[in-house]
Amino acid sequence: MTGLAVIVGYALRESLRRRVFLVVLLLTAGFLGLYALGTKEAFEAVDSRSLSGPEDPFGVDDHELTGATMFGLSMFATLFLGAVLAAFLTLATVRGDAERGLLQPLVVRPVGRPVLLAGRFVAAASVCGVYVALVYAGALLITWQIGEWTPDRIVGPVVQLAAATAVIAALSLLGSVFLSATANGIAVFMVFGAGLVAGLLGQIGEALASETLTNVAETASWVLPFEALYQDGLDAITADTRGFTEAALTLGPFGGAQAAGAFLWPWTFAYLALVGGLALAAFARKDL
Amino acid sequence: MAAAFSARGLVKRYGPVTALDGVDLGVEEGELVGLLGPNGAGKSTLVKIGCGLVRPSSGEAYVCGVRAGSREARAVMGYLAELFRFPGWATADELLTLHQRLAGSTGGESERRELLELVGLTEARARRVETMSKGMQQRLGIAQALVGTPRFLFLDEPTSALDPGGRRTVRGLLEELRRRGVAVLLNSHLLSEIELVCDRVAILSRGSIVAEGRPSELARPRGVEVDVDGGTRLFAGLGRSDVPRLVADLVAGGEAVYGVRVLETTLEEIYLEAVGEDAG
Repeated sequence: MTGLAVIVGYALRESLRRRVFLVVLLLTAGFLGLYALGTKEAFEAVDSRSLSGPEDPFGVDDHELTGATMFGLSMFATLFLGAVLAAFLTLATVRGDAERGLLQPLVVRPVGRPVLLAGRFVAAASVCGVYVALVYAGALLITWQIGEWTPDRIVGPVVQLAAATAVIAALSLLGSVFLSATANGIAVFMVFGAGLVAGLLGQIGEALASETLTNVAETASWVLPFEALYQDGLDAITADTRGFTEAALTLGPFGGAQAAGAFLWPWTFAYLALVGGLALAAFARKDL
Repeated sequence: MAAAFSARGLVKRYGPVTALDGVDLGVEEGELVGLLGPNGAGKSTLVKIGCGLVRPSSGEAYVCGVRAGSREARAVMGYLAELFRFPGWATADELLTLHQRLAGSTGGESERRELLELVGLTEARARRVETMSKGMQQRLGIAQALVGTPRFLFLDEPTSALDPGGRRTVRGLLEELRRRGVAVLLNSHLLSEIELVCDRVAILSRGSIVAEGRPSELARPRGVEVDVDGGTRLFAGLGRSDVPRLVADLVAGGEAVYGVRVLETTLEEIYLEAVGEDAG
C-alpha cells in the first residue's frame, strides 16, 4: 500500500468516525426535512393560485420559477453544508494537530510531509464530494417528487458544487499551516462569506447597471473560484429556460447565477495546484 | 559502522532566542544515552531536529549515517514525543496497524501482539485510545515508537505520565532494547531513571552540553564514612582506593570498624553543579 493510500485511508476513517460527522448528518437530515416542507408549501401555493387565478400576463411560468428557485436555494444550502464539512475536516490539519501532538507521530514516519498533506486533501475532497452529491440527489428527488420539476442540467452542477467544496478544503489546508484550528475556522468562513458577498454584489450591480460593482463581483468570484463554480452551476440548472421566466429568475435569488465560460475548469485546477503548492512549500519549512 | 545518532555544531534560533548553541553529541550503535537538563535547556529541540520535525539554523545531524529528517533516516528510527496524542477513535491495534503501514513494516499481527505485550497492553488491544488512561496511552506511544524494529529511538520523557509500576516496565523495556542492540537517546527529568539504565549521560544547559560521560566517570569521590565505636566518622577527600589503608590504620590505632561506605557525588549533585543557576 502506498503512503498516499495509507494517509487517505486514515483520513477517511477519521472523517467518518469523528463526532462532527454525526452532527453534519443530523444537520443534513434537518435541512432536507425543512426543504421538503418548504418545497411542498411553495408548489401547493403556486399551483392553487394557477388554478384559481388568471394566467400571468407576461407569460412567466410559475411552476418553473418555483422549482428553479427552490432548487437553487437547496444548492446554496448544499454548498454551505459542504463548506462546513470541508472546513471541519481540514482546519486543524497542520498547526492545530501539531499543537495537540497528533501530527508529530505521523510526520516522523517515512511517508513524508507532501504525501501527508496530499492524502488529507484527497480524503477531505472525496468525503465532501460524496456528501454534496448525496445532499444534491436528496434535494433533486424531493423537488421532483413534490413538484415534478427537474433542473435543465443535472450532472454538471453537482460536479461544480463538489469542486467548490474541494477548493474550500484546499484553502482550509493552506490556512491550517499558519493558523491554529479556531483562527483557521474563522478565516475559512470569512473567506466563504466574502465569496457569497461578492455574488450578492454582482446581483446588486446588475440590478443597478453598475459596471464597477459587477467587475468587483466578477474579480472576487475568480479569486475565490468556489463562488464562480457555484454561480456557474446555478446558471446551468435553468440553462434552457427562456423568455419572461428567465427574466423573472434573474430578479430573484438567481441574480447571482453567472455562466463562467470554458476557462472555469482550467482555472479551478490551476488554482488548486497553486494553493496546494503554497501549502506544501510552507509545510515543508515549518518547525513542528 | 556509522553512529546511531550524531550532532555536529547544532544551532537553533527562534527569533532572538537561541535554543541550541553549537551542540555536539553522539550515540553509538546499541548505546543508551540519557539527556538531562532543566526546562528550556534545548533537549526537546535537539530531539526534534534528530527526528526532522525542526530544521536547525546551522550544523548537521545524522541518524545511522544519513541526514536527520531524510526519508532514509525516518525509516530506521522511532520517536515518542513529549507531548503527543493519538486519535481517540482508534483502537490500540488500529493505531499500531496504521504505523506499521506508514513505516512499511511487514511484521503484521505478530509484531503488534508482541509490542502490546512488551508494554503490558495485551488486554487493551481492542480498546479505543479515548478510553485509556494517560499512562496506558504513554505505553501505547512507546509501542508505536517501536513499530518496524527501528535501529535508533528518540524517547522524549517516556515515563512522565507513568506510575512507579509503569516506570519499572519501561526500565525493563529499555534494558530489553539494549539487549537487542537498539540505540536510544532518552530525554528525561528523572535522574534516578537515567542513572539506572543509561550507559552515558549528557547534560544540556542553555543550549550547550555542559557535562557528558558515563555516570561513574562524572561522579567524584566525596569521602569515606566509617562506622566505629564512637559513631560514624567522615574522612573527606578519600576515595575507594584509600579504604584498605584507612581501615588498617584505624584497626592499628585500636578502633573497632563495623562498616565502611565510599561516598561519591550523586547524579543529582553532578546535574545541579553542571547546570548551576539554570537549575531552578
